[in-house]
Amino acid sequence: MEALTTPIGCKMLEIKDLTVEVEGKEIISDFNLCIERGEVHVLFGPNGCGKTTLLMTILGIPAYKVKKGDITFNGVDITDFPTNERVKLGMGMSFQHPPEIRGVKLGDMVNIALGRKGEKIDESVIELAKKLNISVDFLNRDVNLGFSGGEVKRSEILQLLAQAPSFLMFDEPDSGVDVENIELIGDLMNELMGRDEILSKRERSGLIITHSGFILNYIKPDRAHVMLNGRIACSGIPEEVAKHIMKEGFERCVKLCGAKVCAE
Amino acid sequence: MNEEIIERAQRAKVKKALLGEDVDIEYYTTETNEHEALTSLGEISEEYKQNLLDAGIDPSEKDRSGSFLQRDRSVIFSRAKYPGLELMSTTDAIKKYDWLKEYLWKAIPVDMDKYTAEVELDQTHGYFIRSEAGSKVTMPVQSCLFITSDKIRQNVHNIVIAEENSELHLITGCSVSHTVDSALHLGVSEFYVKKGAKITFTMVHNWGGGIEVRPRSAVVIEDDGVYISNYILMTPVKSLQMFPTTYCVGRNARATSQSIVYATNDAKIDMGSRAVLQGEGSRAEIISRVIATDNAKVIARGDVFGEAADAKGHIECRGLMLSDTATIDSIPELKATRRDLELSHEAAVGKIAEEEIQYLMARGLSEDEATSVIIRGFLNVDITGLPDALAKETKKMFDMSLEKVM
Repeated sequence: MEALTTPIGCKMLEIKDLTVEVEGKEIISDFNLCIERGEVHVLFGPNGCGKTTLLMTILGIPAYKVKKGDITFNGVDITDFPTNERVKLGMGMSFQHPPEIRGVKLGDMVNIALGRKGEKIDESVIELAKKLNISVDFLNRDVNLGFSGGEVKRSEILQLLAQAPSFLMFDEPDSGVDVENIELIGDLMNELMGRDEILSKRERSGLIITHSGFILNYIKPDRAHVMLNGRIACSGIPEEVAKHIMKEGFERCVKLCGAKVCAE
Repeated sequence: MNEEIIERAQRAKVKKALLGEDVDIEYYTTETNEHEALTSLGEISEEYKQNLLDAGIDPSEKDRSGSFLQRDRSVIFSRAKYPGLELMSTTDAIKKYDWLKEYLWKAIPVDMDKYTAEVELDQTHGYFIRSEAGSKVTMPVQSCLFITSDKIRQNVHNIVIAEENSELHLITGCSVSHTVDSALHLGVSEFYVKKGAKITFTMVHNWGGGIEVRPRSAVVIEDDGVYISNYILMTPVKSLQMFPTTYCVGRNARATSQSIVYATNDAKIDMGSRAVLQGEGSRAEIISRVIATDNAKVIARGDVFGEAADAKGHIECRGLMLSDTATIDSIPELKATRRDLELSHEAAVGKIAEEEIQYLMARGLSEDEATSVIIRGFLNVDITGLPDALAKETKKMFDMSLEKVM
């Protein structure tokens, strides 16, 4: 998949005054966020504050209804685009709880992400899987069926490696991952987001959701936000925000950050 | 002996089947032209070639140990290419082998219903296939029951015997010419898997929207015998009812039955498999995948009866509904008559999960592509126990059938 060239100064992802409902209930309210090309942002927040809803909405999942506001990606208003059109423009997502699909193998998913649906699980897929210590046997398993928490994460990262998006979203990449694999996942996330490049050459961007902040031992984002009740309550330098959250919890962090306090 | 069978058949002539809509047999004619025999399968007219291919039959006979083709009520081709393999019309086999009466109507009672009776009283061939003791015929035998005349009834009686320690792989395709609007196919099939023998039976039904089908099949497996059945029905049919029964009579006899059904239009399908575990340590697994769309009505059955020590049986029935005017009725049944055995079943009927479509779209597929991937995956049952070449072949048949419906 080819990354779109973005004019300098244009924002890669811009969300303006976004209000989102799920099953008639407002989850995100007047939300604003701007992610520049080459930037990685991390989004903290307690369970149920709307983090996953935000990612699902950016990806265009129909159950997440945009009531107000718009989402611009590389200068294109994608608010009404179906998911696959957004993917074509360069979006990719690592799901927290991806569905099981019987009869569709992980290897088939990799082929789909590579844009070669229905082809055999061949060397190119096997080589890619090696990066994640995923065996041929595992590639032949029905996707997500009986996968452990860590296996789900590795499978998601593998599919993203095949997809090679320019804007990556990770929904809790560190939950349920064992110690052995967390470093590997961190490394590959860095690779996917082009973090090994020097600042001026970074082309890819990312948005990471994390409840625990564990993944930040391996990834150094550019900016952190705390989300409370469907809004960004405060933003700051990732290390500092993380430190405050670990010590004092989300609500207190918002106060310590000194930014605008959440409406409620 | 023979008279007694005929007498029983006579008495069952009006005996309705327990399951399925009652078919008016007399509506269909027994009068049809005899067709001329072929000297090779490749001689079949271009018009019919595709019908054969659609049912998994290769007219080139390549990679086949033998081929059999019955057109309407005539056997027009029958050739076994391998030593240790016998293949001929059942009518010829009955004349040739006096001992065959030990097998005829031994697995299925002739008076089971009016269809079995009809096959006995007006049999039109069918195939007799036998692998000799110890011979491993690893290349598949192909047989095709083909209907090309309108309104006929085809009454076949098939006998398949794998003698001790032999191996036999059978591909059966049932097909119908597009010029046929209606027809009745009655097929009695009796399979005998002797000690240590193995039969795999891959059947593709490629009927048409006006065809009524009533197969009656049973399998008897002796000690350490293995029987694997794969059934594929992806094209329209008017009505089909079958409930083949596998008797695992020997110690460690094993049976696997896998069915893939894509029911469309106004099809009325009542199908399933029954396994009776009578041998110590015998096992059976019944797997089915049913998709119902349009106004199709499907009853998917699965029965396992455990009657012997250490027997194990499992049923897995899954149904996928693609329309609000179709129905799937999934009926798994387990019956145990002693303590030391293990029977289980899982059944599920549902629609395509929105979540699955979204997940595939998040990897770049359109909604239609995602739906087709899910349907393909749903029907994709890994077939184990087939030789590699046959497994590939079966996969190809499945893909081909799927291409047509999707």
